[in-house]
Amino acid sequence: MTAVFLGLPTAPRGVGHLRGDRSFPDAARDALRDGQLRANLGHATATIRGKRAAVVGEVPDWEQLRQAGRAIKAATMARLDEHLVALEERVTARGGTVHWARDANEANEIVTRLVQATGTDEVVKVKSMATQEIGLNEALEAAGIAAHETDLAELIVQLGDDKPSHILVPAIHKNRAEIREIFLRTMPGVDPGLTDEPRKLAMAARAHLRERFLRARVAISGANFAVAETGTLSVVESEGNGRMCLTLPQTLITVMGIEKLVPTWRDLEVFLQLLPRSSTGERMNPYTSLWTGVTPDDGPQEFHLVLVDNGRTAVLADEVGREALHCIRCSACLNVCPVYERAGGHAYGSVYPGPIGAVLSPQLTGVEDNASLPYASSLCGACYDACPVAIDIPSILVHLRAEHVEAQTRTTPEAAAFRALSAAMSNPRLWRLAQRAAGLGRFLARGKPTLPAALPPPASKWTRTRDLPAPPRETFTQAWAREHGS
Amino acid sequence: MKVALFATCLVDTMVPQVARATAVLLERLGHEVVVPPDQACCGQMHVNTGYRREAVPIVANHVRAFAGAEAIVAPSGSCVASIHHQQAAVARRAGEHALADEAAALAERTYELSQFLVDVLGVTDVGAYYPHRVTYHPTCHSLRLLRVGDRPLRLLRAVRGLDLVELPAADQCCGFGGTFAVKNAETSTAMLTDKMANVLSTHAEVCTAGDASCLMHIGGGLSRLRSGTRTVHLAEILASTEEAVSPHQSTQPAVSR
Ligand code: SF4
Repeated sequence: MTAVFLGLPTAPRGVGHLRGDRSFPDAARDALRDGQLRANLGHATATIRGKRAAVVGEVPDWEQLRQAGRAIKAATMARLDEHLVALEERVTARGGTVHWARDANEANEIVTRLVQATGTDEVVKVKSMATQEIGLNEALEAAGIAAHETDLAELIVQLGDDKPSHILVPAIHKNRAEIREIFLRTMPGVDPGLTDEPRKLAMAARAHLRERFLRARVAISGANFAVAETGTLSVVESEGNGRMCLTLPQTLITVMGIEKLVPTWRDLEVFLQLLPRSSTGERMNPYTSLWTGVTPDDGPQEFHLVLVDNGRTAVLADEVGREALHCIRCSACLNVCPVYERAGGHAYGSVYPGPIGAVLSPQLTGVEDNASLPYASSLCGACYDACPVAIDIPSILVHLRAEHVEAQTRTTPEAAAFRALSAAMSNPRLWRLAQRAAGLGRFLARGKPTLPAALPPPASKWTRTRDLPAPPRETFTQAWAREHGS
Repeated sequence: MKVALFATCLVDTMVPQVARATAVLLERLGHEVVVPPDQACCGQMHVNTGYRREAVPIVANHVRAFAGAEAIVAPSGSCVASIHHQQAAVARRAGEHALADEAAALAERTYELSQFLVDVLGVTDVGAYYPHRVTYHPTCHSLRLLRVGDRPLRLLRAVRGLDLVELPAADQCCGFGGTFAVKNAETSTAMLTDKMANVLSTHAEVCTAGDASCLMHIGGGLSRLRSGTRTVHLAEILASTEEAVSPHQSTQPAVSR
């Protein structure tokens, strides 16, 4: 059911990685038992949190920058259609070709066709969320084309036949020892004496990748930003592997969600300050690549830009939820999220985990296809505080919960309970009766200060790990009225 | 000043001593306390669980119950945050614009206890005495929605006999989150475990906070572990004096066996 989105198409089922096969509480239950995962994530997120806090703290106008980022994004979304057409014109004028993809299937078909036209059967890839979202690697594989991930963490995930669990550090759930094991098992010709020293691991990956960079005729990338007024695309990264892909091959295909653009070149000034400090906790990222169409005899001589909707227009139609499209994929919200830190990225079932995933995935797919995600948050608000473009994630979560509740055609037991409670809480006489009934619960405690530890469901969800105090004989308002004679 | 006390549904029904302490404290500071008898709930639990339509009549009841109040004080950061950030919005979304305007006006006169004491009354030393080792957990909505900052700490530092110990990783959520505590009980418990580990690492006798709901969660976990550390609401500590140590302020932890 996608009725909530005014009938605009959401991301199709059966393709891409926006839906998990289990609900969040189910998947989290298993993840929480994985001590190694908890240790790896706890350590990694605490480290990045500390680095981010330090470099954000040294920018005196951080709050103004954030508000500028938010304002630019909001203004861009309000005229997204015009900016996209402008971008297409500029890219085309500079020798590139623009393709429009309604959804994941169309985008995969376009890219597969473009790769096939070059006659190659392998591509190198720059780390990209959009291509993960649409399941491009699987689509290429089905067409007999091998896609080699070149981002170190993405490579670890690919070699380990695993799934990414973080937007920026897809292998955050793995520690050095586990990475060494994956490399030893899967890298052809790797030094059998490989240790888990970070430098040694990086050198092994470098040797493995170097060969592919030199051989590749086609590269596929995503984009952090596209500048509508100039037709310039941008990728921001740390390793330089992206730069290799963006410059060496003959053909470059960039797959980009339609929300990634900014109107003017100057707007980059704001985001290139916000992004590195929020994501890796660096003042500036090591590599910022910018390219505009094709430059004769320099870099790729064929450039294709695939603009993907895949549910984004539907998100744009929701006046509360559309703010999720402002995301610049920095991962700060993941790193500060207490739920993400414990349950890990896989529990969210989508390539977009953490707080932003919990508001983006259900909107892209329609909330009924990811109905447990809006509830996967204690609404502590740490994400909102950390977000460099000030996305009010808690408010969107609450909004999506309501969208889910209001999409139900039958009355669930929960809805019945909440309606009854609403009736009581809006009528003082009924409310006092309800309070008196709740007070009867004290008899279950049989004179003890807490209720029994084993209560029937749904109370058991609380009492399995927490005592519940025995309700008092008299409420405060009752006692007060008695004493003050009102 | 005449202060209307909003006990909040949870405190009123489950931990009335917190509202009592709030009233005692405000009266001791020389203010008149009234308790509007028709009060029930702010509507937060309904809004946050997705029942924003059903929250509208609850908001209407709240606005009726407190109509005309000069200042409203509640011993809960979370409920006050909901009054400030949610009540008018859900009413407006439901097309109830008059109600939304009234709720917004009422919100401007509604204060969380520590904010009321420090900002409105201008006191940090409320004359309290509480001879215990205490650690303070800044609940998320007090911290991030109301921005109460160090007000509760300033109040606690002025309490005679109180040994205040800093809580490590204090700004981390305790895992309560309203219905999150049951809908995602396992994750909630994992967060609670880490919070309890930090609380216990301080060797405090008492963990305090400005929200009875989070304290029920943390205290429920500490009690289940038979830890010996108990939870006490900030209002109860501030209400405590040499002459009036209420049974709840020096009580045993709520261990049932
Ligand atoms: S929602 Fe904000 S904090 Fe989270 S990844 Fe996006 S930009 Fe970063």
